[in-house]
Amino acid sequence: MSQVSASKDIAFLKEQAKAVRIEILKMLAEAGSGHTGGSLSAADIATALYFSKMRHNPKDPAWEERDRFILSKGHAAPLLYAVLALSGYFDKSLLNTLRKIGSPLQGHPCSKLLPGVEISTGSLGQGLSIANGIAMGLKMDGMNSRVYCILGDGETQEGQVWEAAMTAAHYRLDNVCAIIDNNGLQIDGHCCDVMALEPIAEKWSAFGWHVIDIDGHDMKAILGALDEAEGIKGKPAMIVARTVKGKGVSFFEGKVQYHGMAPTSEELERALKELE
Amino acid sequence: MGERIATRDAYGDALLELGKKRKEVVVLDADLSGSTKTAKFAKVFPERFFNIGISEQDLIGTAGGLSLAGKLPFASTFAVFETGRAWEQIRQTISYSSLNVKLVATHSGITVAEDGASHQAIEDIALMRVLPNMTVIVSADGIETKQVIAAIADFYGPVYVRLGRSKVPVVMPDDYKFTIGKAHKFHIGKDANIIAAGIMVSVSLDAMELLKKEGIDAGVINMPTVKPLDNDAVIEAARASGLIVTAEEHSVIGGLGGAVCEFLAENYPVPVKRIGIKDTFGCSGPSDELMKLYGLTAEDIVRTVKQGLKR
Repeated sequence: MSQVSASKDIAFLKEQAKAVRIEILKMLAEAGSGHTGGSLSAADIATALYFSKMRHNPKDPAWEERDRFILSKGHAAPLLYAVLALSGYFDKSLLNTLRKIGSPLQGHPCSKLLPGVEISTGSLGQGLSIANGIAMGLKMDGMNSRVYCILGDGETQEGQVWEAAMTAAHYRLDNVCAIIDNNGLQIDGHCCDVMALEPIAEKWSAFGWHVIDIDGHDMKAILGALDEAEGIKGKPAMIVARTVKGKGVSFFEGKVQYHGMAPTSEELERALKELE
Repeated sequence: MGERIATRDAYGDALLELGKKRKEVVVLDADLSGSTKTAKFAKVFPERFFNIGISEQDLIGTAGGLSLAGKLPFASTFAVFETGRAWEQIRQTISYSSLNVKLVATHSGITVAEDGASHQAIEDIALMRVLPNMTVIVSADGIETKQVIAAIADFYGPVYVRLGRSKVPVVMPDDYKFTIGKAHKFHIGKDANIIAAGIMVSVSLDAMELLKKEGIDAGVINMPTVKPLDNDAVIEAARASGLIVTAEEHSVIGGLGGAVCEFLAENYPVPVKRIGIKDTFGCSGPSDELMKLYGLTAEDIVRTVKQGLKR
């Protein structure tokens, strides 16, 4: 059984994350629209998952023993497409078709069109419920596979997230590991101004989760948190990853307007120079 | 037609039977398992039953996840909450990805009675019918319900099944075999044909008898699958009589009547009269009195047929 996993060193993963960011920027610039900020902010986490932590097989996307990944914040589709392409699920050239008619790379992920996408997402707040359901099914079958779910911080304003938080704790779904991409920004501004989220860690903790608070761009911390989460028994794990929106490109970082804006060709050129 | 069974009771029995045969069947409920009758399954198969609590949106998402893990989930709660509270979850997660989730809702229609408008789902068929990939089934009685549950378990894809709370007459023959997308023709009339679903099938059969006494040959077709509609049966009824009356315990907008009108208008235009809730909310009261108040009795159907025939 071939699988991508196995532990890779930090330097390799950092390089990989850079490659992921480059693909994100290139495909968004080509598409002319899409979500830059939240794709870049979660890039290190997704890289750690796809190139180190998760057991998966790009040659057999439906491999029964795979770990599952649910991108609840579906607008970060470019990030998912980048890690899937670089993992070998499909040819990188397909990334140029993002958001175009006939493309399997829809504006938000569609599981019917693209192998490697477990479920269609895009309407916020639904991913964790789905992750829970998969986790329940895996447990019933005695499978050791784990379910990873990335949520946006603004997304946790949806009530369904807290319904799912209760369900995961109630059914002791220790095969669920959720990660909040806590970049502090949402479309209308800072999360704390739109609808306050803090204290995030305490809230999840109060809901019965094992909470791990990390710097979401520190690769070593990400891997450590994912390992810690795997060791927790009897409760689900939440990694609160403190991130920077637009991370990796200085002029995108922390800027709310790049939530839903693609780089222009001039911006792409400058961004690639910074990254390369 | 003496026996009366609530379709939700037949569901509870059918689910238990199915659970014995198919170990991939899992059942989810939102704190109403006693009322939806999924508690019967829960008692025998506690490890395959998930009470998600009072959280319908999470109920739908969790059911979706279980189907992705290869299970055959039946997710149940009251029709108004299942289709309304969690409509967008059904759209995004279940319908868009065409997951193999069975949404079986009880307590549909105004016959929820005393609980009033907040609990009376009279828009659920419309809400589910508009979703791509979704099959929509309305069960007429206990016999049909058992057949429906067996049939949808063998069918891959999202299905909405509408069941009721109160006991309704058994109208389908013992040897009835339900097929998704197929109508059951009790009789094709020469003067008018009533296309009915759910509890209105038995009411329509009563109306047929009353009309016969007045020399009017009205037929009754049970149309359990509102989507996909049995187009052939609708055409046959329209050709035979030239007047179609639809009857449902649902809003006249968007339900069975809407489906039949859409089809006939484009394919075989004939006059259609729709029996149903006339674009209004229900109210509290005893079931049978509400049926009178909202014009859902056999006498209402008789009057409507006669108006249609201008007799």
